Amino acid sequence: MRTQPTEAVVIGGSAGSLEALGEIVSSLPAGFDLPVLVVIHVPPDRDSIIPELIGGRTSLAVREARDTEPILPGAIYFAPPDYHLLVESDRSLSLDYDLPHMFSRPSIDLLFESAADVFGSSLAGVVLSGANADGAAGLRAIAAEGGVALVQAPETAGSREMPEAAMAACEGAIVSPPVGIAKQLWRLQSNVG
Amino acid sequence: MPHKIEDIEVRLLLEAIHLRYHYDFRGYSIASIKRRLRQAKDRFGCGSISILQDRVLRDPAMFAQLLGFLTVQVSEVFRDPAYFEAIRRKVVPHLRTYPSLKVWVAGCSDGEELYSFAILFREEGLEQKTMFYATDINPEALRRARAGVYPLDRIRQFTENHRKSGGKSSLSDYYTAAYGGARFDESLRERTVFSDHSLVSDEVFAEVHLISCRNVLIYFDRELQNRAIGLFRDALVRNGFLGLGSKETLRFSDNSNAFADFVREQRIYQRRGDQ
Repeated sequence: MRTQPTEAVVIGGSAGSLEALGEIVSSLPAGFDLPVLVVIHVPPDRDSIIPELIGGRTSLAVREARDTEPILPGAIYFAPPDYHLLVESDRSLSLDYDLPHMFSRPSIDLLFESAADVFGSSLAGVVLSGANADGAAGLRAIAAEGGVALVQAPETAGSREMPEAAMAACEGAIVSPPVGIAKQLWRLQSNVG
Repeated sequence: MPHKIEDIEVRLLLEAIHLRYHYDFRGYSIASIKRRLRQAKDRFGCGSISILQDRVLRDPAMFAQLLGFLTVQVSEVFRDPAYFEAIRRKVVPHLRTYPSLKVWVAGCSDGEELYSFAILFREEGLEQKTMFYATDINPEALRRARAGVYPLDRIRQFTENHRKSGGKSSLSDYYTAAYGGARFDESLRERTVFSDHSLVSDEVFAEVHLISCRNVLIYFDRELQNRAIGLFRDALVRNGFLGLGSKETLRFSDNSNAFADFVREQRIYQRRGDQ
């Protein structure tokens, strides 16, 4: 039984996830303002153009996460290439240059686990398309804290491995196409109060 | 909201380490520290962080191992070639104007950054008038930095980085392969002082012309970042240079007005002459 309203959303994906993410953010109604933290696996050696790509599809503020920055409503924060993104106990952002996890830096599991630590049951986590199992353990951690676990329906994903691994690790997860995920997120916010 | 048990344990362990061994991790980013402590707990087969604390308090050898977990830092020789290229093209011309130079690699870990600078300075003909300081809080890392031996499988990446940074020689001129490792030439560290120094608790030890401290500050909370940047401000000569990691910035620091952007996209700052 959930006890807390949702206060933040974390989203992770890899191959094929940008399309899904674009669909989600463009389907969120105006007025959605939960902070959203995103890890998309990207090559380490160049600046990410993801914030620009996604920024065109939403009126929310979209930017690369900066170390020690407070998490604010109405913003989508992306992990920079080659750094892990973590959440600090005072609800600020923290970057980390530890070894890659499952060959990935940034890692979805690391973001999800640290966010679950801090937000507990007031967190929603979303695993999107991808070709490895990063995110599965993190989504399980979110569910274990009483948070909401969402997974992109594998048949709508460019790569099914990541959603399927998340579903296997987290049996109670809600499985839905991107538009349905946007509806769920909106519902979580409107339940607040 | 009540604290989670693990959060309490983490705080108590950091307090215990400070009291017993005088290493102060209390101002570090807790999210990273917690993850590393969980890894250490599992590695040492401890059922909880409290049990880990019990063992660390009573066994200094155990603490030495834990220190490895808490300070683990990952780097490469000539990591971020564009950074070294900017040092070479934009900073070196200024450094040439000094009769003698001091360079501080703060948080040198296993030494990759130090060897990068030593090689770059040799290529640019600055080495003979330069003194290098390579500092870290982990004695084991300092020992590895002094040894200068890296696994052979990392050399390909090092070589590629060096070439991209505008290297004027072949990296293979600077190491010999032995026992499955590549050992950097002793002459590269002849002018280096390796030293135990903490950005958390120690003071400025020399006046320097260039400081490189990359991917260290991201592990500190804002207050500690301020302290470290204050040390850099006090250590640098006027118009001296500070290089940070690609996602680190002075923007939020209390000391940001003591520095000016020098090569903005590479996070190279110049100490103002008038502050």
